[in-house]
Amino acid sequence: MRTVSADRITEAVERLCINANCDLNRDVEEALVKAYGAEKSEIGRNVLKQLIENARLAREKNMAICQDTGMAVVFVELGQDVQVTGGDISEAIIEGVRRGYRKGCLRQSVVADPIERVNTGDNTPAVIHYELVKGDRLKICVAPKGFGSENMSALGMLKPSDGLEGVKRFVIDTVDAAGPNPCPPLLVGVGIGGTMEKAALLAKKALLRPIGEPNPRESLDRLEKELLSEINRLGVGPAGLGGTVTALAVHIEVFPTHIAGLPVAVNISCHAIRHAEAEL
Amino acid sequence: MVKVIHTPLTIDVVKSLKCGDEVSINGVIYAARDAAHKLMLELLKRGEELPFDIKNQVIYYVGPCPAKPGMPIGSAGPTTSGRMDAYAPELIKLGLKGMIGKGLRSDAVKQAMKEYGSVYFGAVGGAGALLAQKIVSQEVIAFPHLGPEAVRKLVVKDFPAIVVVDSYGSDLYRTGREKYRSSPQS
Repeated sequence: MRTVSADRITEAVERLCINANCDLNRDVEEALVKAYGAEKSEIGRNVLKQLIENARLAREKNMAICQDTGMAVVFVELGQDVQVTGGDISEAIIEGVRRGYRKGCLRQSVVADPIERVNTGDNTPAVIHYELVKGDRLKICVAPKGFGSENMSALGMLKPSDGLEGVKRFVIDTVDAAGPNPCPPLLVGVGIGGTMEKAALLAKKALLRPIGEPNPRESLDRLEKELLSEINRLGVGPAGLGGTVTALAVHIEVFPTHIAGLPVAVNISCHAIRHAEAEL
Repeated sequence: MVKVIHTPLTIDVVKSLKCGDEVSINGVIYAARDAAHKLMLELLKRGEELPFDIKNQVIYYVGPCPAKPGMPIGSAGPTTSGRMDAYAPELIKLGLKGMIGKGLRSDAVKQAMKEYGSVYFGAVGGAGALLAQKIVSQEVIAFPHLGPEAVRKLVVKDFPAIVVVDSYGSDLYRTGREKYRSSPQS
């Protein structure tokens, strides 16, 4: 049994919140540069130029890439041979979010109750997903999620007879309906199968895969490329002002499902695809 | 060519701006988003005054990050304007001449813009660090308890935006998309 102190977890989460929000991952930056080369619209290229400049400025000044520094979504892979000492793991994570958002001058974007809507003042709580894994590692990934794009995400409980065509249609229609709102160019996360909540979680997890890393399943890799090509024919373009690059990539995750169902979730991310992780 | 404009906006300036024009905005603009709009409309409903004289003014849909030491403001890009659609026509009727945001507007908003003369500017969503460099100062002038959603008076210099919906009803989100849309491959 390996022990990890709650304090270490808090310190790591604090750091990861700031890194994720201020330092755009290189795979995303490279994808934006590539998009600049591919975009046919002049206005679209101008938008991409601003986004690349924005990412560099944010890194240099250690300030938020986007003012919507999101609700903190935290993925935890907890080895079953790890014991957390000196405190509760969830409280340690939430304290890390509280400190990170304060120290990093990140926005407080969370309300305590969805109906009454009073700001909690410290961007807590976080949405935490735990996965128990074998061994003694503890991996924490902080993925702040802005709501311009979260609001345009969708879940469809399709029928098995809708098949692959139905899945494709649902993904493309969701991106088309979103138009300029989610700050394209997008990363489109797709979760297919499982149950309602499993599909949604798969779609969110799909956003964590680095851009440019192919899907290990060849059939899904083909489907991702096909969907990307169709999405980029929609004409939405950078910032939705018209253009040929609406999405940077489509990432798909699948899971076995019920004989009666075909759940499909589409979780859209804006171009500020933010996540930072650490192993403790 | 970038058109340099100064706030408050006159009706002549509003009428001269066309969908697709690149502009550089200078002067005072007001930051307000969801919760502030809700409260402002409640004030009007009770017959009370708005926190600022809205005539000929520009509202920026933004909730900025806190400022780092030595800086006037934190990251400050536009939020999705559609959430303010329920409130915008009433404000346009009272003389609001411009809105800065990102994302689609409703037909009711576009109709009010045509009727009373108002323009919708798009700033690049997600370029919050870059746009913050164009904000010279900020002052919270109403609803401080709303934190990032408080109403702020901002002074901007060379703030880059593009006319998305003009006072004639043209919408770049529609025309831009149509121009680059192509039929499915299969």
